[in-house]
Amino acid sequence: MLRFLIRRLLLVIPSLIGLMVLTFVLVRVVPADPAATLAGENSTRQQIEEIRAKYGFDRPLYEQFAIYVGQVLSGDLGNSAFSNRPVAGDVLRTLPATIELVFIALLIATLIGIPLGTLAAVRHNGLLDHVVRVTTVGGLAVASFWFAIMLQLLFSMELEWLPLRGRIGVNVGAPPTVTGFFLVDSLLAGNWTQFTSSLRHIAMPAITLAIPALATIARFARAGVLDTLQRDFVQYETAIGYPRHRIIWVYVLRNSVIAAVTQVGLLFGALISSAVAVEAIFDWPGLGSYAVQAILSSDYKAVLAVTLVVGVIYAVVNIVVDLVHGLLDPRVAEQL
Amino acid sequence: MTAPLLSVSNLAVSIRGDEGTASILDRVDLVIPKGRIVGVVGESGCGKSTLIKAILGVLPLRSRIDRGEIVFEGRDLAHLDPAILAREVRGSAIGFIPQDPFLALNPVFRVGAQMLETMRWHAPPHWKGQHRQRLVKLLGAVQVPDPEGALERYPHEFSGGQRQRLLIAAALSCQPRLLIADEPTTALDVTTQQQVLKLLRDLVAELDLSMLFVTHDFGVVAQLCDEVSVIYAGQTVEAAPTRGLIDGAAHPYARMLLACHPDRATDLGGIPGSVPSAFAPPPGCRFHPRCPLAITDCAATRPALEAQSTGHTVACPRYALPLPEAAA
Amino acid sequence: MKLIVIKFLRDTPAVLGLAIVLFGLFVAVFADQLAPHPDAAFSSNLLLRFKPPSAEHWFGTDNLGRDIFSRVILGTRSAFIIAITVVGSAMLIGVPLGLLAGHLGGWRTETIMRVTDIVLAVPQLILALALAQLMKPGLMTAMVALSLTYWPFFTRTVYAETRRLKSSLFVEALQGVGASTTRILFLHVLPNAASPIIVRATIGMGFTILTAAVLGFLGVGATPPDPDWGLAIAESRKFLPETWWFATFPGLAILIAVLGFNLLGDGLRDLVDPRLRRSR
Repeated sequence: MLRFLIRRLLLVIPSLIGLMVLTFVLVRVVPADPAATLAGENSTRQQIEEIRAKYGFDRPLYEQFAIYVGQVLSGDLGNSAFSNRPVAGDVLRTLPATIELVFIALLIATLIGIPLGTLAAVRHNGLLDHVVRVTTVGGLAVASFWFAIMLQLLFSMELEWLPLRGRIGVNVGAPPTVTGFFLVDSLLAGNWTQFTSSLRHIAMPAITLAIPALATIARFARAGVLDTLQRDFVQYETAIGYPRHRIIWVYVLRNSVIAAVTQVGLLFGALISSAVAVEAIFDWPGLGSYAVQAILSSDYKAVLAVTLVVGVIYAVVNIVVDLVHGLLDPRVAEQL
Repeated sequence: MTAPLLSVSNLAVSIRGDEGTASILDRVDLVIPKGRIVGVVGESGCGKSTLIKAILGVLPLRSRIDRGEIVFEGRDLAHLDPAILAREVRGSAIGFIPQDPFLALNPVFRVGAQMLETMRWHAPPHWKGQHRQRLVKLLGAVQVPDPEGALERYPHEFSGGQRQRLLIAAALSCQPRLLIADEPTTALDVTTQQQVLKLLRDLVAELDLSMLFVTHDFGVVAQLCDEVSVIYAGQTVEAAPTRGLIDGAAHPYARMLLACHPDRATDLGGIPGSVPSAFAPPPGCRFHPRCPLAITDCAATRPALEAQSTGHTVACPRYALPLPEAAA
Repeated sequence: MKLIVIKFLRDTPAVLGLAIVLFGLFVAVFADQLAPHPDAAFSSNLLLRFKPPSAEHWFGTDNLGRDIFSRVILGTRSAFIIAITVVGSAMLIGVPLGLLAGHLGGWRTETIMRVTDIVLAVPQLILALALAQLMKPGLMTAMVALSLTYWPFFTRTVYAETRRLKSSLFVEALQGVGASTTRILFLHVLPNAASPIIVRATIGMGFTILTAAVLGFLGVGATPPDPDWGLAIAESRKFLPETWWFATFPGLAILIAVLGFNLLGDGLRDLVDPRLRRSR
């Protein structure tokens, strides 16, 4: 398993280098005058020249790339044109909120999606199966931001069950930072009010985000289970006396979820994308909101930093998914 | 004379498909006395697998037992509540050895976990806490090297022959009274085949079991089985003690089949014609279109199994007639 | 061919998808004739602000008194134009790249596929946003950004197909006869890869409409007074919850349009890949 991990990590290095090349190209090569773009709209001639010197735009391209890589690796992602603070700091500050949101969304999607898909497959062509098929296609067609607004209309404005926006009640206050995840930190601090407030605030954003993920997971689980049910070992296990519920929920499930699990990696990336709009709607102080604000204020450095960070997270998640895949299916671990 | 362990009478099974209803089994009679190994021989497509599934109660979704009884230890399995079949018969009273050792085991679970699962639900209650020990001993008995280590490995780490032994151990794990084996050596090479057959023979003798052994190979039957029953297109055509059948087969199909066996055949010709489709089976005796002894009556009535001599039954009124030269 | 059509017609969700797509196309083409108030795209009538749905205005009116029903219809045309342009451009870039990558081999293939992987390494929306930053915000920018982030999907699909066909006999035969690479690729390999491309394109249309809507919502796509669905939802936010109709109907339009393309794409995929059909 360790060998597998090392091999997988080595594979990811070229991707990360590629990612940096991509962002480098976006920053330096594409704009007509990168220095001016970086400096921001209202910069003076002198500021532009300073930036040109600092980032070495007058030097050959490969030197510029080397400088860039050096900067990134040392954590220098530039200063925000908007706030004038280091972008890296902003990103670190806002990232946990997004991760927490995406994580809860994936949790919901998996905990509901896999059993749902399995049941639909077991009762193939039954009523539940048809309902699941229709709703999963619908779930992928729904615009997250619109759905978020509909949820707000119903649960916040009409029924007043859930708070409209934010991450925690204004009067409640955030728990002391340990992990940056409010749900965890509030429990660690033993503060029940903070916990329930966090929970109530994360409900709608997480559900909104979960919808397309749930649809995808349910579809793959269903297809996986349908496929697995045809395989010989299912009939064998029935013949030697395994109870049906064990066959489905233990022995078939593990074979089927492999396809669904590998989707989780892709889903993570998709959810971070969707989080951009969802965070904007719920005023969720995460990376997505930061990105939106950066876009609207043409804060170029910030947008690119977000791109880079998201790309890295995506790569890391894919490694984890591969690891889990290897754990679930021992044949895969030997191949890689 | 004690009651047989398993007695199948007049069994008929059909499956509903997109193209219509297929009558897979039309009249199957089978008797397995206690402590004996009974072989069921037939070509591919004759319904052997369906017979096994009917006995075990694992027929595919759109199939039905149309007629007949399957009496096992005094109970009719054909009309038994499926829940009772699952709880008290499969895995506990009847053990099953599947055909393909490469596909039967679940690839993502350790072998030990899979075998312990059966024991968890079907082992006698007083074995509680001893499952693992007993399994290790059993693996030793089936000659799987390093039994303790084997339990922790995955199916793909074993060879075909080893996997077949694991499957045999799994079938025996809860001390069944009847073992059903579905051509368990077909997927193996000849040497391994011999080893597995010898193992089965020894185990059955040692544990005083009964076995239903399905195959298409008369050679295996000759080595292993005490009695044999021949099936053609879902109908039992002959049943006899092994020696009796091989030396003195009566039914035209059985005679021609034996004549084709590589050990005996003088030319490469098989039996002319082909096995009929289950969707449009010939009426009466299903062999009559290919039978050199057929008369018009053969298409009209389904012949019953009648005794030819002690313990030897044939489903053909014209069995005493000699076959024409070319087919003999 | 007829068999394929019959098979398709038996798949109810797919037929539904086709019906929706054709209906949408019809609306898009005849938008001007169908909209009861075709001037709703540009005019404003402050007296008619925020009217709830009624016989006169089926979907109500918005903050500038414009008929939302008309704007949704006009938005259909906008959505289809964007989708077709983006997917078309992505195909123009992605398909040839995929053909080349599948056929050439060696460092050229490696390079193409690495670039493809890198572009795919970042979730599409984020990359589109980053790209949109570089250029003046607007609809054109959004379309370019979306095309530049979608082409890898085509490349991957076509690459797989080309590789698969490369080792088939007929390609070797053609090479033996001396046919040029271009000829082989475009006249022979491409038609065989057409089916997965069509499936990918159909799903891409739905995906593009959705993503373009998000971009419109965030303000980096369509700009006022375009009758863009995403933009309309963004504009509606300030006026909730009283004017619920303002946000609801454009969103439903997005849902139905994307649903149509997804159902159609699924149906086409089932036709094309018999392997997957089993899991239906």
